[in-house]
Amino acid sequence: MTETLLTVAGLSKSFRARGTGLFRRPVRAVSDVSFTLQRGETLGLVGESGCGKSTLARLVLNLIPPDSGHVTIGGDAFTRAGREAQRRLRRRMQIVFQDALSSLNPRMTVGVNIAEPLRLQGIGNAAERREAAHGLLERVGLRVQDAERYPHEFSGGQCQRIAIARALILKPDIVVFDEAVSALDVSIRAQILRLVLDLQQQLGLSYIFISHDLGVVKRVSDRIAVMYLGRIVEIGPADELVRGPLHPYAEALLRAIPIADPRRMRVRDLGLAEGEAASPMNPPDGCAFHQRCTRQLAICASDIPAVHHVSPGRSTACFLHASPAASRQAAD
Amino acid sequence: MSAAQIAPPRPFRQRHWRLAAFGRDWAAVAAALLLLTIGGMAVLAPLIGAYDPYEANNLLRFAPPGAPGHSLGTDQQGRDMLARLVWGGRVSLLVGVVPTVLASIIGLGLGILAGYARGIVDQIIMRVLDVLFAFPMVLLAIAVAGVLTPGVGTEIVSITIVLIPYVGRLARTATLSVVTMPYIEAARAAGGSPLAILLRYVLPNVLSPIVVYATTLMGLMIVVGSGLSFLGLGVQPPVADWGAMVADGRVVLRRAPHVTVLPGVVILAVSLAFNFLGDGLRDALDPRTGRR
Amino acid sequence: MTGPSMSGGDIALDVRNLRTRFGPQHGGVIAVDGVSLTLRRGRTTALVGESGSGKSVTALSIMGLIEPPGRVIDGTVLLDGRDLRTASDREMEAIRGARIGMVFQDPLTSLNPALTIGSQIAETILAHEPVSAAAAHARAVTLLEHVGVADAAARAQDYPHHFSGGMRQRVLIAAAIACRPGIIIADEPTTALDVTVQAKILRLLHDLQQEMHASLLLITHDLGVVASMADDVLVMYAGRVLEHADVDTLFHAPKHPYTRALLGCIAGIEDDRTAPLQPIEGLPPDLRNPPPGCRFAPRCVHAVAACTAAVPALQTIADGHSVACFRAMEALGDD
Repeated sequence: MTETLLTVAGLSKSFRARGTGLFRRPVRAVSDVSFTLQRGETLGLVGESGCGKSTLARLVLNLIPPDSGHVTIGGDAFTRAGREAQRRLRRRMQIVFQDALSSLNPRMTVGVNIAEPLRLQGIGNAAERREAAHGLLERVGLRVQDAERYPHEFSGGQCQRIAIARALILKPDIVVFDEAVSALDVSIRAQILRLVLDLQQQLGLSYIFISHDLGVVKRVSDRIAVMYLGRIVEIGPADELVRGPLHPYAEALLRAIPIADPRRMRVRDLGLAEGEAASPMNPPDGCAFHQRCTRQLAICASDIPAVHHVSPGRSTACFLHASPAASRQAAD
Repeated sequence: MSAAQIAPPRPFRQRHWRLAAFGRDWAAVAAALLLLTIGGMAVLAPLIGAYDPYEANNLLRFAPPGAPGHSLGTDQQGRDMLARLVWGGRVSLLVGVVPTVLASIIGLGLGILAGYARGIVDQIIMRVLDVLFAFPMVLLAIAVAGVLTPGVGTEIVSITIVLIPYVGRLARTATLSVVTMPYIEAARAAGGSPLAILLRYVLPNVLSPIVVYATTLMGLMIVVGSGLSFLGLGVQPPVADWGAMVADGRVVLRRAPHVTVLPGVVILAVSLAFNFLGDGLRDALDPRTGRR
Repeated sequence: MTGPSMSGGDIALDVRNLRTRFGPQHGGVIAVDGVSLTLRRGRTTALVGESGSGKSVTALSIMGLIEPPGRVIDGTVLLDGRDLRTASDREMEAIRGARIGMVFQDPLTSLNPALTIGSQIAETILAHEPVSAAAAHARAVTLLEHVGVADAAARAQDYPHHFSGGMRQRVLIAAAIACRPGIIIADEPTTALDVTVQAKILRLLHDLQQEMHASLLLITHDLGVVASMADDVLVMYAGRVLEHADVDTLFHAPKHPYTRALLGCIAGIEDDRTAPLQPIEGLPPDLRNPPPGCRFAPRCVHAVAACTAAVPALQTIADGHSVACFRAMEALGDD
């Protein structure tokens, strides 16, 4: 029995390019992104730099307004909700950032930092908030005494534990991890990943796990969405997607990852994708990947492929996998 | 929670003022003591000293320091130098401290508003400050002092106006860098209202560079105030701040150098002390320094 | 302490017992503590470790690029029988670039933003070889073509900010190989790059190294990169080498508990959520106050009393395989 906790429908966002003058082109950071998140599920969001994954995270959390599209949390409209309704819905979805130290207020002790969301939401009195912060400190593997210290006294991995504690204090249903383990060393990264997985089991959380590292994403996710130049080009169950990617970009990404086993992969086995990623300032016509694609069709250079449903739970935005009806529709 | 039971948790401390870190900085402590002493003497001027600073005594002109009854000597009118320095400090410190505090409050408000609101508010505030900024500092002070009648009040107003753009710009720059920090985004994601974020996140993180800067400015403003007095735009005789004392003494520089040198040394010492104090405060206000 | 004898390839660079300290003699930090390694022609040696393990400081120490208050306090760095530690600054300048090429992690800060990339590569050539400016520039264009920069003649006139991260790294590689050095030191060359770009840069480095029959010292934290690139691997932890082996042994028969634990930490794309993740508990030691004995002992699940009593020496346990662990010869179970 699954319950849809989060619905993201048709989110798009453009920024004005830096620079001055009348002819500033808008840069499309996120284009027409839709997905859902079930209760207890982890959706991995993977893509290379500039693909719009961090912008998407901010849109989903309603930290920046979308140009179009909307986000629904458990049936309640989040994107254009009134101020009070929005504030209440924020309790249900929290975020953990890449740079843990800068995500903590340097002038507040760790305890105050962790309790801060309760205070901002006006929940509980000082003693209750402190109690809650202490409980979470232990839950994320730190000591109660650490509440009195300042963030800069902790290592990167410990700061990330503190940031996770803060994200959990409002008892959210959903936590978004935006490259939350990318800056950490391998051994510390594994500690944090284990903590994140344990917390999910204990608390029944749903995660959106954003990373450029497909290995990490695969490790924690039930489903994976692959982004390229502002769009989700493929989404599907993690195992299936990694075993048999449908979209040529997802395939190129997978083949470029070095595997930590010299018997299975050496440098000559690494897949070399054609060309370089197109710029979001000046995206190509048609499919954004077509210039780098080894299997492009005539239509790829002119039309943007819609997201096609391929098999249960699997969709891709590629004409190779479009049903004839769908490709006709796209050609119109 | 066993640790919590053994020792009941104390309330979270917000150690913005960390005296321990400050105490280790001997230069800052010495500076603070010097300023407290001079400030205290200025405040208590009517109660201390045996002499009236304005009382001339033609029989005792140009007494050198160490003269009986006048430990710092007398000036060309036979007025007691110590009394004049103490009373002069009342004006000089007033002119150094009050405009800086006023300008810091106004500049901080304007700068944070501009940096936080951005857009048209930012444009208007910053263009107005730019206009003030475009005038040379002393010229602007002269203009203001020239329009209003010369006096301490005018001096305070003119120095305040001169300082606002300096503080405002710094506050805006600091705000712009603070608002891009992930902890602001985390607070927004937690449902913090713009006002709460402004007061609990932006202000505390912008405040300490402003406090440090303002402390340094106080020393500079004593010099500027002295300069205005020197030009005759500040306090009017017979009241004399330290700058006016330097100006008065210069005609008799060869005959009685102490009349000029003593207030000059005091100005130098006080402005240096404010600088050391500012450095000490910077370390004390930032939890990232001092401990670890 | 003799390094493991390695079959194939003659020695290009021999580093013995290198020690580098930052800060004062007492209370300073020994960032590199007795590192020995041998680079052979035509082979790639990987130096792998987490941040603070001393792998980058090792490279800088070899190059004579440690800035005061840091100092190389012991050891030898032999290049063709010559100890680089006794070389003058001027001699080292002649060696860097000509005999040893370097590629750094951040290609943008390593390039001068005010000069065209063609002239920057030409500058390297002019610094080491008596050629005309025109000849040097022509060679810069050829080098850019060689490292895969399309339309090289035109792009040589561009400035660094016109290039993408991957292209900038190609430019740096072109500069590093401009004088055909026998040794290339690459310090985290792909860490700042996207994975599809990383694959191309790794391939380029590999192909160039093969073609020039050079030795490549690859410094990285990424075990995937190590597995695909390295012939020999040294695992560093808190300033010391804990294990040294050929790449196959290191990944398939590692002996040091740290190496084994590190391999258990990687999130590979084949592993799914049900496979248990085995993190190493605890934090790396503070080098200002290092633990006694083996530096990994406080985090090691196999540690015994001996581990904190003395420092285990790097001992050869098989041909080309050495381990610094008292329990290396025991069959330690996976926990």
